Amino acid sequence: QNYPLYIRSVPTENELKFHYTVHTSLDVVDEKISAMGKALVDQRELYLGLLYPTEDYKVYGYVTNSKVKFVMVVDSSNTALRDNEIRSMFRKLHNSYTDIMCNPFYNPGDRIHSRAFEHVVNSMMMQVC
Amino acid sequence: MEQGPAGGSAATPAANATAATTATAGGTGGLLLPLSESEQQRYSELFSRCCPPPEAAAGGSSVGELFRASQLPPDTLHQITEVCGAKRAGYFGPAQFYIALKLIAAAQSGFPVRIESIKNELPLPRFMALKNDSEVRYGTPAELQGVKFQVPHATLEKNSYKRTDEGDKQEPTSPPMSPICSPPASPSTYQRIPLSYGYGKSRSGLEQQRGASYEVRHSTHQQDGPSSGNYGVKPVLAGSALNRSLSVEREQQESSSHYSDDPWRITEEQRDYYINQFRSLQPDLNSFISGSVAKNFFTKSKLPIPELSHIWELSDVDCDGALTLPEFCAAFHLVVARKNGYQLPETLPETLLPEYLQAASLKPVHDCALFDSYSESLAGSQQTRDFSRTEKTSTEEVPDNSTLLQDGKKDDGQALKVSTALKTIPKEFQHLTVKTAAQESNALKARPRSRSYSSTSIEDAMKKGEEPPTPPPRPQKSHSRASSLDLNKIFQQNTQAMRSGWLPPPPPALPPRPSVSQTEQPSEVELHPQMNRAPSQTEENSAAKKEVVLAQPPSKPARRKLRTEAQGLETPELSPTINVTSSLPAAKPHLPVQKQSSKQKRAIQTAIRKNKEANAVLARLNSELQQQLKEVHKERIALETQLEQLRPVTVL
Repeated sequence: QNYPLYIRSVPTENELKFHYTVHTSLDVVDEKISAMGKALVDQRELYLGLLYPTEDYKVYGYVTNSKVKFVMVVDSSNTALRDNEIRSMFRKLHNSYTDIMCNPFYNPGDRIHSRAFEHVVNSMMMQVC
Repeated sequence: MEQGPAGGSAATPAANATAATTATAGGTGGLLLPLSESEQQRYSELFSRCCPPPEAAAGGSSVGELFRASQLPPDTLHQITEVCGAKRAGYFGPAQFYIALKLIAAAQSGFPVRIESIKNELPLPRFMALKNDSEVRYGTPAELQGVKFQVPHATLEKNSYKRTDEGDKQEPTSPPMSPICSPPASPSTYQRIPLSYGYGKSRSGLEQQRGASYEVRHSTHQQDGPSSGNYGVKPVLAGSALNRSLSVEREQQESSSHYSDDPWRITEEQRDYYINQFRSLQPDLNSFISGSVAKNFFTKSKLPIPELSHIWELSDVDCDGALTLPEFCAAFHLVVARKNGYQLPETLPETLLPEYLQAASLKPVHDCALFDSYSESLAGSQQTRDFSRTEKTSTEEVPDNSTLLQDGKKDDGQALKVSTALKTIPKEFQHLTVKTAAQESNALKARPRSRSYSSTSIEDAMKKGEEPPTPPPRPQKSHSRASSLDLNKIFQQNTQAMRSGWLPPPPPALPPRPSVSQTEQPSEVELHPQMNRAPSQTEENSAAKKEVVLAQPPSKPARRKLRTEAQGLETPELSPTINVTSSLPAAKPHLPVQKQSSKQKRAIQTAIRKNKEANAVLARLNSELQQQLKEVHKERIALETQLEQLRPVTVL
């Protein structure tokens, strides 16, 4: 059950499409995970594989040790986004996520409502767009 | 709407009511306001509340508060004030007040604010929450402070005699007077109850207490089903500690609330109360409360989980899943504030910051800014090995390095200066070290729990010492839960490993400085070498090497990142302090800060002695911790492999 703990898109017109994209990309992420085998799960995976023909955007994936997946969809026209930045963004996300986990009132598996987390996500997205 | 004046106070309201009607008639120039019996009583109650009996006119502020409590829009309230003639007269005499109340009732019923409307039969004006509450909520923070403080106390007292609903009126029985507020919303009821109780109990303490009437109202509310139910909640909040702290609260009650205009400021009584609560959960004041314990405790307050979650987010500044004493106080304060109707802020107010709270409790000599940076460094210092040093050095550093901190440079030169500055420890800092010790122990939170015990002992030993080296800053995300296999743990372990790994390279003979150039986290490690690492060096080496190898690549970026995060600030100062300590015995400080040169020598010598003692303790501690670290790391690896094998695709 890969239900989303948190989903957010900045230009909200095609939100549903992005949701769909994220969901389909989960399959690819799972594939990559299982392909890892016994090796330690890589901290981040640059996931440039999925290029939607018409829309031309990139989907990046990231998986934590506890199999929590982060999927990021960015516009391909935004070429300023380099790999490092993507990585740092994922790292920030991961840190925020761990902060949420610290909160004893948060049950793992719940949807994330933490304002701090949202703040981080918003600032990141503002930065990019 | 309950009617029937309280036995004792019936006479007065009635008398007042009669007087009021006549006054009303006179005040409005012939308008005879028909006030029903209940209205008379109610109005006189309100009037006497707003203005102490001897005066003839109600105080503007209290009246304003009351009006605001009616939850009418400000325009309407202005209108009412005008219409009732207060504007003209310049004050709220009985007549004006009664007319105003009537107009409020009219407005709440939907009638326009006109003299004509009040000629009709109107229900009593509704004021959100009890008068007590409204005043508390909208009144001066001083009151609020008092009330907030009272809330837990009141519940405490009540706790002993009324754990359940309805029931017993401890207060002077007397048939309930008409409640101040007509049916309030249930949340407000809940809030009201404790507040009203608080008021009733703290009558002596608070200036505006009116005694019997309040208690009667309390009993009135008690009769209400929901209110009593809600009331039952409040005592739960205090929990088991209630009975224990009853006596404490009593004395605290005496002192009235004060404080200026900041609802986020914790008064002394509140602080004492929170500390007692903390003690009930965790006897060691310098240690911390784990997340689960705190969760159970705060869940008793019956606040919704998302709000509790937010409160936790706000108060757990170092995000380690545990609450130190100041964090706990902040969290408790937020809970109390929320209960009293205050909206939770988006960010932690300055007065609730842990460092501020700690400083406040220590009779701070420095301003908050200092402590901000100071606590930063403290939080950063992961390696608790050199506890005492950290304490002292950080304390020292705070004033001297505040500017340095801002720069956030990992400049050795600066560090040197800092270190030398550390050596001069003004007397005033000494008492700070106590708190520093506490903060240090807090900083240790991320470590396995057992550490706290050793840390406290170290703190005690270190208290007298001066210029202790600061432990290396700890990674920002430190998770004490072993189950969390996320990367932060890796980072943390790696950083620890890295630190310990550096121990061998800089032998004690080496001056602290060189280590800085070696890695990003040199300072942290330096501490250890200087602190007689000899016995534990070998084992640390092996452990460190293994971990270093394992985690090298990921840890580097992680560490770098960690560095760039808040830790960056801490490292520079911490390293300097560490360096300082090490250089302490080596050379006399050539401080830029020569303020207390005479004291310095004495202090330094004492410090040297103390530090040596501390060294031994810390070395022992360090070896133990290293062992733990190794074991935990092994566990982690084992779990990870298990995870991989058993659940290739997991949800969480």
